[in-house]
Amino acid sequence: MLPLLEVKNLSLQFRTRGGTVHALQDVSLSIAKGETVGLVGESGSGKSVLSYALLGLSDAAARVTQGSAHFDGLDLLAASEADLQDIRGREVSMIFQNPKVALNPIRKVGHQLEDVLLRHTTTPRAEVKARAVHCLAEMKIPDPERRYHAYPFELSGGLCQRVMIALALACGPKLLVADEPTTGLDVTTQAAIMALIREKGRPAVGTQAMATLLITHDLGLARDQCDRIVVMHAGHVVESAPTEQLFREPRHPYTRQLIGATPVGRASLADLTAVRGNLPDLRRADLPACRFSERCGQASAMCAGALPVIDDGRHLVRCHRPAQEVAA
Amino acid sequence: MLLIAKRLAGALPNLFGIVLITFLLTRALPGDPAAFFAGGAGSQEAVEQVREKLGLNRSLPEQFWIYVKDLARGDLGQALSTGQPVGAEILSRLPASLELVLASLLFSVSIAIPLGIAAARRPNSWIDHACRLVTTAGVSLPTFFTGLLLAYVFYFVLGWAPSPIGRLDPYLSPPATVTGLYTLDALIAGDVKLFFAALRQMVLPVLTLGIFVLAPLARMTRASMLSVLSADFIRTARASGLSTTSVLVRYALRNALLPVVTTLGMVFSFLLGMSVIVEKVFAWPGVGSFALEALVASDYAPVQGFVLTMAVLYTLLNLAIDLLYVVIDPRVRLGS
Amino acid sequence: MPNLLPARATQQRLAIKKVASGKSFWGHARYVLSDNPFTLVAAGLFTLFVLMAVIGPWIAPYDPLATNVGPTLQPPSASHWFGTDSLGRDILSRVVVATRIDFVIALSAVLASFVIGGLIGACAGYFGGWLDRIVIRLTDMVMSFPLFVLAMGIVAALGNSVFNIIIATAVVNLPFYIRVARTEVNVRREAGFVEAARLAGNGDARILLLHLIPNAMPPMMVQVSLNMGWAILNAAGLSFIGLGVSPPAAEWGIMVAEGATYIISGEWWVALFPGAVLMLAVFTFNLLGDGLRDLIDPRRRT
Repeated sequence: MLPLLEVKNLSLQFRTRGGTVHALQDVSLSIAKGETVGLVGESGSGKSVLSYALLGLSDAAARVTQGSAHFDGLDLLAASEADLQDIRGREVSMIFQNPKVALNPIRKVGHQLEDVLLRHTTTPRAEVKARAVHCLAEMKIPDPERRYHAYPFELSGGLCQRVMIALALACGPKLLVADEPTTGLDVTTQAAIMALIREKGRPAVGTQAMATLLITHDLGLARDQCDRIVVMHAGHVVESAPTEQLFREPRHPYTRQLIGATPVGRASLADLTAVRGNLPDLRRADLPACRFSERCGQASAMCAGALPVIDDGRHLVRCHRPAQEVAA
Repeated sequence: MLLIAKRLAGALPNLFGIVLITFLLTRALPGDPAAFFAGGAGSQEAVEQVREKLGLNRSLPEQFWIYVKDLARGDLGQALSTGQPVGAEILSRLPASLELVLASLLFSVSIAIPLGIAAARRPNSWIDHACRLVTTAGVSLPTFFTGLLLAYVFYFVLGWAPSPIGRLDPYLSPPATVTGLYTLDALIAGDVKLFFAALRQMVLPVLTLGIFVLAPLARMTRASMLSVLSADFIRTARASGLSTTSVLVRYALRNALLPVVTTLGMVFSFLLGMSVIVEKVFAWPGVGSFALEALVASDYAPVQGFVLTMAVLYTLLNLAIDLLYVVIDPRVRLGS
Repeated sequence: MPNLLPARATQQRLAIKKVASGKSFWGHARYVLSDNPFTLVAAGLFTLFVLMAVIGPWIAPYDPLATNVGPTLQPPSASHWFGTDSLGRDILSRVVVATRIDFVIALSAVLASFVIGGLIGACAGYFGGWLDRIVIRLTDMVMSFPLFVLAMGIVAALGNSVFNIIIATAVVNLPFYIRVARTEVNVRREAGFVEAARLAGNGDARILLLHLIPNAMPPMMVQVSLNMGWAILNAAGLSFIGLGVSPPAAEWGIMVAEGATYIISGEWWVALFPGAVLMLAVFTFNLLGDGLRDLIDPRRRT
């Protein structure tokens, strides 16, 4: 079955005053219909850059130097701005972190919802307000009639995030890209928001399940929510596997360190290990083929060569010296 | 509504300050203030009359009280050159100045804002550099020089503009007074030919005055637009698939114009101040030229009246801007 | 006995600081100048003007006040590069000599408002309380007048003279410096280094003069350059309408006023040259101010 989203060997650069930033290198990713995929990695690993590139929201200084990206048959990189505007918000939606600043501060949230509805659906003007209120109610926002007239600064962070999800899901997209949707929210709200996203992803009989790309630096969150996890480091995809398999048999040294650094259950600080070192400066012209090699505890001379792709169909790892697969 | 009342109340101390300062200014005259107000050629009797009327023999606070009482009655003194009360003269000439100032504002805004937007959408492009150059040059141009230059080029050399002799060609008569603004009154009276005649006379003065204030408006628009375009909520709007126009106008522009409104205060300060110069260059019969004519004749009551009027006007305009801001920014209105 | 850091540790700290800051001040200055060529041009023009202001009277070809050194109202020619005016005076000489008056006026006025305004504002920001409230009230009162109108009023009241123009310009500019100084001092009032100075026994006056005010300088310096341009325009504008410098003195504003009557009938040079040079001077200061701001605080660039 054809995947909904297919990214192949995508490389992207930023031309800046301080040099060329090699933000993404040879990134491949695929998402099947209805699947929830987690994209994890440190801040600066390229997760958000990738999602912006797919939606055509990259900064003006960005250049795609190789690769392709297809969504439901459409070539995203070759599409015109008009085509992209047609699918944004309708076929592919995105929600962001810091919901309070991600909404227009001087426009009522109800009107912002209407803007999206009027843009992508044929709802007549007379009914659009009722539809907007309905969307708000769907997101379990209490007193939606009154909240329709609210401005973002009058709502809490959690409510704003629900509004943003309402905006994103208003037209029933096939893919939802959630960029750090729970960062900045308190723990209880986090759980509620993620439950909402999960619930909306698996709607009633007759409609298609929505795929989700969950971008997060929180490995624990990804483990709870995702069917599959893709691990990124410094613009590379280093490992990708179904969730449980990734945690049972992490093969890339970076993944192993990330897991070691993620609190689970009642682990104390002393039980955790930090990931050594920092991300390499992506402006360097002399970046090694494996961008993790300078931080890796087990790097050797053979790690200087081009990265291999070790893929058995479910578990992908790009490393010269991955941990051995444990026999099933 | 409470917010509006608060703003109004906040303007009162400023009005008091204006009255106080204009009072102190004239009492700071070197020599005998009475002699100044009586005019250079006043007889001893006239000087004594003035001294009595202004209460210059009494203490300063008493003088101030007399001054305030006179003001409350609308008595701003007599203009020696015309013999008319200053208050009436100023009132009759005010529409001319207002027409000039408002038209210049309209002109500036309609050029500066699109320029600022265009510059912000393409940073470091030729239009951005052009915007920067034009605005820096505009703010360096001495208004009197610009006016004369424009008059020379467009009237003397090219013959496109009418002669700079005031609001209307001497062969035409002004329209029936409704607002005092010739252009508006002509339209109200349905006289299109008169409307265009009045408009033609306004072109050069408005251009001169407007060029000077292009800079702060365009710069602020550009800066504000740049900052708004890189804001998170614009990214959300784009990610929702809204059209480029929609994002630009309904989301970006409305937010970007808020700081521009606050710039209008400074813009009015320049416009009111420089209007005096423009009125002189183009023989525009407004309050500024009234004050200048009086100055030449050593007639000081009109000058004091002029300063008072301009300051009060400025305060009222600032108040209007403040109130406008309360209305258009919900964060201020609802108190974030 | 004050706590002295061991010498080695201090050196290490300084060494790290140098590496971390990357460019030195001059390196940064070079970058700003190369990035914006206009600033370089402005700096060059500025030196030219200062030169003219200082040695103007000696390099002028004719006596600026001498009448009939040539035929009246002559267009530019070999002997009179800028032409002559209605009294037969050489315009080039007058323009060159006028530089001094306008610069002196602008410099004195801006300096006065800078120093006085800075002190008042710093005190208001530091001591707060009723002093602060009074200062704000007074500043607001001055600012409720359109600037040029107030300057007109002051010169009209005090009389026509260079000194009075300086006073008027200084008074009108005071509020800006008061506000900037007040804000900067207010923000830093509770800062660590102030506490340290206080604990070391410094009185309020010393803290203000030696610590707080120097720190408030950079934003005020930028304001100075921009103000100079405006002060020159102000002085010229006042002279143009007949307030301030009186004829036969050579001053750009008066010269343009004298030329105003002739430009409409075609004798353009009488008004054009003084006006153009005036504009160039203001332009120079504005560009310089922009460049200074980029140098000192690039974030505020507009």
